[in-house]
Amino acid sequence: MKIAVCINHVPDTAARIAVGSDGKSIDKTGVTFVVNPYDEFAIEECLRLKEKNGGEVVAISLGGDMHKETLRKAYAMGVDKAVLLKDETPRDSFSVAYALANYLKELNPEIIFFGKQSVDGDDAAVGIMVAELLNLPSVSTIVKLDVAQGKAIAEREIEGGLEAVETTLPAVFTAQKGLNEPRYPSLKGIMQSKNKLIEEKAPAAASSKVEVVALRKPSSKNAGKIVGTDVSAVPELVRLLHEEAKVI
Amino acid sequence: MKILAIVEQRDYKIKKNAYEVVATARSLAQQTNGEVTALVIGDNIPSAAAELGAYGASKVIAVQHPKLAKYSATAYAKIAAEIATKEHAAIVLISATAMGKDFAPRVAVKLDAGLAADVTALKIENGEINATRPVYAGKALTDIKVTSAVKVLTLRPNVFPAGTTNGATAAVEVVDVPLADSDFASIVTTTSQASGKLDVAEADIIVTGGRGMKGPENFKILEELAGTIGAAVGASRAAVDAGWRPHEDQVGQTGKTVSPSLYVAVAVSGAIQHLAGMSSSKYIVAINKDKDAPIFQSADYGIVADAFEIVPAMTQEIKKLLGK
Ligand SMILES: Cc1cc2nc3c(=O)[nH]c(=O)nc-3n(C[C@H](O)[C@H](O)[C@H](O)COP(=O)(O)OP(=O)(O)OC[C@H]3O[C@@H](n4cnc5c(N)ncnc54)[C@H](O)[C@@H]3O)c2cc1C
Ligand SMILES: Nc1ncnc2c1ncn2[C@@H]1O[C@H](COP(=O)(O)O)[C@@H](O)[C@H]1O
Repeated sequence: MKIAVCINHVPDTAARIAVGSDGKSIDKTGVTFVVNPYDEFAIEECLRLKEKNGGEVVAISLGGDMHKETLRKAYAMGVDKAVLLKDETPRDSFSVAYALANYLKELNPEIIFFGKQSVDGDDAAVGIMVAELLNLPSVSTIVKLDVAQGKAIAEREIEGGLEAVETTLPAVFTAQKGLNEPRYPSLKGIMQSKNKLIEEKAPAAASSKVEVVALRKPSSKNAGKIVGTDVSAVPELVRLLHEEAKVI
Repeated sequence: MKILAIVEQRDYKIKKNAYEVVATARSLAQQTNGEVTALVIGDNIPSAAAELGAYGASKVIAVQHPKLAKYSATAYAKIAAEIATKEHAAIVLISATAMGKDFAPRVAVKLDAGLAADVTALKIENGEINATRPVYAGKALTDIKVTSAVKVLTLRPNVFPAGTTNGATAAVEVVDVPLADSDFASIVTTTSQASGKLDVAEADIIVTGGRGMKGPENFKILEELAGTIGAAVGASRAAVDAGWRPHEDQVGQTGKTVSPSLYVAVAVSGAIQHLAGMSSSKYIVAINKDKDAPIFQSADYGIVADAFEIVPAMTQEIKKLLGK
């Protein structure tokens, strides 16, 4: 079974975000970049599928040289091949999807995995756009996957519950937290990943359909009112919620 | 500008978020001299569809098919794109719900449109539409312009007002979109709804418990408070990772993003990843025994004390207020 996983390289979720001098992107000084957390669930699921069904897992990332770090981590976890679609200029979700779809068409995997969303742009779009571009079915934000006899049943989170979705294969899936527990790379895996080849390719060009006008910090709330320090403050709190905030 | 508002229904009930989408479409239409068409998809169209006229739709299009009893991303996207083309819609509005987020990117690709996902504010400037959306889990906001002729926008639930009805009704026009088996390559087979449970992503009030609740049994006091005010109970990741609460209740960067009118954080420290999921709440109350807990920096009102004393007292006080 040929399996592909698309992974992104993003600021650590604990990073403080400051606006860069262009006013449109973040100031990267001092920011640590990591594998997009949802993509780790995706990698893990692909490795498990391979362990069960045989085959190979190819990890693909589109971006600058920095993304090699994320591809090395994928190697350390156990993927068979890593490909960098090298492009230093930022792209919108459509043009990322376009280039990934272009590469994936050649590769022709039976299962293509993505994370639910990149924790930088939070678009939650690339995986589903790739599915559409390749004319494949997709199931997004999944927390469970069973693959058997040319089809798959996946469970996805919806408001107040779960829905089971049946799909033909090949198909695209996007991983939600809860799908699995990503493994820690072994020391041996980490050592070996350093010498593995990352194939570099030029991604297909596509023009962006979204233009960033500005990036800004949300107007920070002034720290609120400490109503009290013991149970005697409760009536006043309830009064404020009722009369001032009018929320109860 | 012609605007297509896609109306989400589950089990023949129109979702609250769908009214937000139609009302937002109306507001954009008013500013651009445009018109709103609402699209409802299903096997049987809910009778409430005509009432969408009251929220600003001048026309309601219903696409019906027996196989549409259950959601299918491929079929929904095909229908939405075909109707958008037929109606010459310049803007397609969809709720950023589990369903909307699942098919909106497909609609965008089909229409050669740019996608603005999870939008929290919209502005028309010189006839152009400007969208604001949170990025980096709400640690920053970005203002964007979709540059393609057709634009697809998904709206974060609970942010835009659902508007008020003006009593008008709209004609419901049933339109046939030919669908083949291949349009149902993926389809929902079963839905398991946690019985009667209000989802944090849909709740107007949320009471969240953190690690300081010390154990699953202590969430009972939060459930009592929540029951009194019609709230959903949320959890921090620490409470979820400890196995006290299911992941579907987790609020934050790797949980759900919520924007209720009231968020009560109980024994939650206010880690940056937690704030990411709830900082757009309209009012935030923090109850924590540590006066230096970062959550107080984001809260409108706080009480520095033991949650086990404060929460039951709040429940009692609110019951008194509500005459319960
Ligand atoms: C990649 C990544 C993603 C993450 N995603 C999320 C996410 O989605 N959601 C999330 O919540 N976290 C997330 N986290 C974890 C986050 O960093 C924090 O660890 C977590 O939010 C802490 O949960 P907490 O506030 O319940 O626990 P703690 O930080 O331990 O805080 C407990 C609080 O309870 C107070 N307390 C204790 N006893 C009492 C009492 N009797 N009365 C009143 N107060 C009391 C304490 O003073 C303390 O402030 C993520 C972390 C990472 C690295
Ligand atoms: N530059 C990229 N290279 C490879 N995969 C990506 C890239 N950007 C996004 N993805 C994948 O698409 C998913 C959704 O991303 P997004 O639409 O940006 O939120 C991510 O979880 C990744 O799996």
